Amino acid sequence: MSRIHVAAASAALALLLASCSRPSSLPTGGLKSQAQRKPAPNFTLKDADGNAVNLTDYRGKVVLVNFWATWCGPCEAEIPWFIEFEKKYRDQGFAVLGVSMDDDGWKSVRPYVASHKINYRIMIGSEVVSQQFGEIESLPTSFVLDREGRIASNHVGLIDKVDYQNEIVKLLQDPRNSVDRGAGPGVVAGVAGAGVRAGQRP
Amino acid sequence: MRAQAFAQGNVLNFVPPRKVIAKPGTAVDSVLPLELRPGYHVNSNTPSDEYLIPLRLTWNSGPLEAAGFAFPQPRMEKYSFSEKPLSVFTGDFQIVTHFKAPANAARGPATLTGKLRYQACNNSMCLPPKTLDVSLQVEIVK
Repeated sequence: MSRIHVAAASAALALLLASCSRPSSLPTGGLKSQAQRKPAPNFTLKDADGNAVNLTDYRGKVVLVNFWATWCGPCEAEIPWFIEFEKKYRDQGFAVLGVSMDDDGWKSVRPYVASHKINYRIMIGSEVVSQQFGEIESLPTSFVLDREGRIASNHVGLIDKVDYQNEIVKLLQDPRNSVDRGAGPGVVAGVAGAGVRAGQRP
Repeated sequence: MRAQAFAQGNVLNFVPPRKVIAKPGTAVDSVLPLELRPGYHVNSNTPSDEYLIPLRLTWNSGPLEAAGFAFPQPRMEKYSFSEKPLSVFTGDFQIVTHFKAPANAARGPATLTGKLRYQACNNSMCLPPKTLDVSLQVEIVK
């Protein structure tokens, strides 16, 4: 191989490596392997009733943390899916937490929640929480957490409903993700059947 | 404030408007050319849903007074995330401001400042509302 070819190949390899190692703040995709999952940052935010919502209180559940806003059309498209998921899977230990990024907070969010009949817990987000979850550059951005509070997947932008559903079902059924290993797949002792409804503590 | 949490580049950019020369007591127009990144849309000045954030241009007080605006005709576009078409602007477009120079406007050069507020989305995601500073060079002459 000539020097020119070696130099060109080296340059191409360097470019490839540079592109691979380029920090991507929020890679998006399916479920991560157990080893790839990192603990979700905790947050404490207020819900519509002024109750504090700690993410760590949901440990033992599969949780979908959805960053959204009332002005976001693609976010609105997901809301009926999340309402359905909350209804369908909450008794199996699942919860949706909606973190609104509306600048004017409850002024816009409260009537929106009512008109869209949202049945899951909604909170007003903060810059700090947004930063804790990485550089959230656009909405919707969602994180699906396993029962151990680790980020099992994240999605930026609108994806297919079935993709969310598959991930939720897989995580609910995964025995490795059950906090109480003896309670059987997807069942957490003392939690199963309790459900989480909008405005209620987990 | 929460919008500041987003690390957003500008998907809507403007070309600095041309200097405006006006006589006191007359009317003059200024064109603000805008360029929107391909694949994105911004809500028009009259969005089709109350929760959507309109495109808005405002000018601070100065030697000229904004008497009105002319926005282009919005496009009614259907996106996969919405059941109904949305009133949007796409591509390159412009906003015309109809200014009035008051009879007692001080003569000489001045800079008029303003704000352009927009909220952009593409077919699957939205960027937070953003406000750009705009400025217009003005000269009031005899």
